[in-house]
Amino acid sequence: MSTEPGIGRDEWVARSEERRQRRGGFFGPGSELFMRLPWWVRWGMFVALVALIPAISSSGYVRRVAFDTLLYMLLALGLNVVVGWGGLLDLGYVAFYGFGAYLYAWLSSDQFHLHLPTLLTVLLVVAATAFLGFLVGLPSRRLSGDYLAIVTLFFLQAFLTIMINGESIFGVNFTNGANGIAGVDPFSLFGHKLVVAHAGIFNVWYLYVALAFFVVVLVALRFVNDSRTGRAWRALREDPLAAELMSMPVNRLKLMAFMFGAATAGLTGTLFASLNGGVFPASFALPYLITIYAMVILGGAGSQAGVVLGAVLVNVLLEVLRSPQHSRWVFYAAVLAALIAFVRPWKWLAVVLGGTFLFGIAVRVSLHALHPAWTGGSTQGSDSVSRLIGHWVAIPTSLGSGKAIAYVALIAMILALTTLKGATRMIAMIPTIYMGAFVWENVLAPKPEVTRFILLGALLVGVMTTRPQGILGQSRVEIV
Amino acid sequence: MSNFVQFLVDGLTLGSVYALVALGYSMVYGILKLLNFAHGDVYMIGAYIGYGMLTALGGATKPVISIWLVMVLMFLVAMVGCAGLGVAIERFAYRPLRNAPRIAPLISALGVSFFLEYSAQLLFGASHRQYNAFAFGGGALFFKGITWGPLHISLLRIVIICSAVLLMIALTLLVNRTQMGKAMRATSYDREAAAMMGIDVDRIIVVTFIIGSALAGAAGVMFALRADASPLMGFNAGLKGFTAAVIGGIGSIPGAMLGGILLGLFEAFTQGYLSGQWSDLFVFAILIVMMIVRPTGLLGKADIKKV
Repeated sequence: MSTEPGIGRDEWVARSEERRQRRGGFFGPGSELFMRLPWWVRWGMFVALVALIPAISSSGYVRRVAFDTLLYMLLALGLNVVVGWGGLLDLGYVAFYGFGAYLYAWLSSDQFHLHLPTLLTVLLVVAATAFLGFLVGLPSRRLSGDYLAIVTLFFLQAFLTIMINGESIFGVNFTNGANGIAGVDPFSLFGHKLVVAHAGIFNVWYLYVALAFFVVVLVALRFVNDSRTGRAWRALREDPLAAELMSMPVNRLKLMAFMFGAATAGLTGTLFASLNGGVFPASFALPYLITIYAMVILGGAGSQAGVVLGAVLVNVLLEVLRSPQHSRWVFYAAVLAALIAFVRPWKWLAVVLGGTFLFGIAVRVSLHALHPAWTGGSTQGSDSVSRLIGHWVAIPTSLGSGKAIAYVALIAMILALTTLKGATRMIAMIPTIYMGAFVWENVLAPKPEVTRFILLGALLVGVMTTRPQGILGQSRVEIV
Repeated sequence: MSNFVQFLVDGLTLGSVYALVALGYSMVYGILKLLNFAHGDVYMIGAYIGYGMLTALGGATKPVISIWLVMVLMFLVAMVGCAGLGVAIERFAYRPLRNAPRIAPLISALGVSFFLEYSAQLLFGASHRQYNAFAFGGGALFFKGITWGPLHISLLRIVIICSAVLLMIALTLLVNRTQMGKAMRATSYDREAAAMMGIDVDRIIVVTFIIGSALAGAAGVMFALRADASPLMGFNAGLKGFTAAVIGGIGSIPGAMLGGILLGLFEAFTQGYLSGQWSDLFVFAILIVMMIVRPTGLLGKADIKKV
């Protein structure tokens, strides 16, 4: 891009050309019109769309996924305050989420025989989680970002240790250990008890409650960001030293960012605990932290629309990846989309696609001729597409330690690909894509649970190294 | 009394593992000012490479060559493999972000760490892999050793502690006595000034990653010799290694050794005398106290920020 801000150039100056240059193309006028609408109209359209989901689909599964996505959106909005606006790396974020859920469970279950009114509980939980955020931020307030990261990560570990071993602290059973607390009350608002499920179908009112929470959090955080505090956060993120010299209370600002993030996570925790009717330590472990980070980073830290988009994309992706048959579509579609987006001119695209096809056939035929067992297996699933793919990708009857070799070879090939340039890169792409398909069908697709998280980790590294601002974030200018 | 000595030996074994992990953290931090979250997972991969080597050479009960040679090979291959892994991580996950905002390489490191953890789970499964070190040489390593009344220090522990000490001596010599070590110290002191003096900073960074990762690989094998290998072992070791580096003073090489040994002893004694399940919390408390009372660590120098 010609308008990429360079070193030492002010962002506003760097982007002036881009602003002047109106978007052209097919979608240009539409997107320009959309961006000219006030922010609340744009968000209103989004909220209306989510609210219409129950009208579009009557499936309990779809509604449940929509609810989970809303939870992730809330979590992403909270993390966005800390990471995107404050520029602090909070790796204990899910511990605040977990603390909110546990606190809700303690205040409304038979664990301590407490059943407080829902609204009071939610308020108490938000206040308490914010205070916990304050406490955790306290020892690291003077320390740089890295120390903060490790203290919060250790805090997460400590939280999990307490929850897993909490069945007897000074003789009191706090958490039931790894089994978690069951029998948590559902929400009960304005005299109506929100039962989790009607005859096994997810209660759609929870979706609306979550949506209401989402709107409140979104608007509140947006106002905070437009306030003096929000501007100070951005100054702090860009350069803490300069911010301090401008007489900004850096420590207080850091703690505030922490508290806002923690409070949002705690609020989301109440929804989680009430809907699931229980809390379990395993729900707040490291994989969830990485999931939320992937959402924020992919969408674009610092942009509310970005992190919400990231939450939708990542959660839907994770849902689709659960089934090997659906995940196959995601895999091949992603490869194809990446090729179309990055391989130019189109002649090379044709060469790469055609070459991959022929290369695959050649490899499979020659492997079959060498040893029939190397192509003797079958793909996951039994529809016609999987059988067709089985005629292209070699599926050995059993791979054994070949799995590890193929997997490591694929990683090496992808990494090597990033260092190549020009025509060599295009040619090298052909065996890499085939290897990718081979590893996908043989190693990754049979284990969807693990594959999901491998992809999330790779996503974090890939986004950070190629486009650190994410999809909708603004690229930051390093001022020297 | 015999309990005390037993815990002491336990602590020294654990401490030498932590010290080796902490060294890698501390060296990378000293030069790049980057917290390498993936370091703990390099250590985990080292344990698995050692396991693969052991299996390839016939396993614990029926090794095709002398068990001593098997152990030497396990260490060597794990160190070389981890060094390669470290170089790849530096080249592809950190180098593109050398001049990015501080938070970017941290997130990238988090991604690498997660990627490695779950890749290991994909390839080796979630279950723990046993080295079965008690069967090495027909049990000679495990049951022989120094016996003194009720006290027994197995040969295996002596081997672990001695090899850790050897590695640390080699590292100290490398850093203090060679041209390369001098360049490393200069880069860690002031990267820009070092570059102006004609030091190839990129090369020094690669060498640092090679050394740090090789030490982590050796530590992984050592840990797996006394316990086992599992995909998530790196997370905990990473936290402990970092804590050890902070106790000793991050960026300081003797500090990392001292911090590792102290942390190992601390953990062994709390596990022995107080409680096993809460020992992580005690370590966390130590980290917090250390950060409040003496953020520069025991042997670290105060980092004065120049503007």
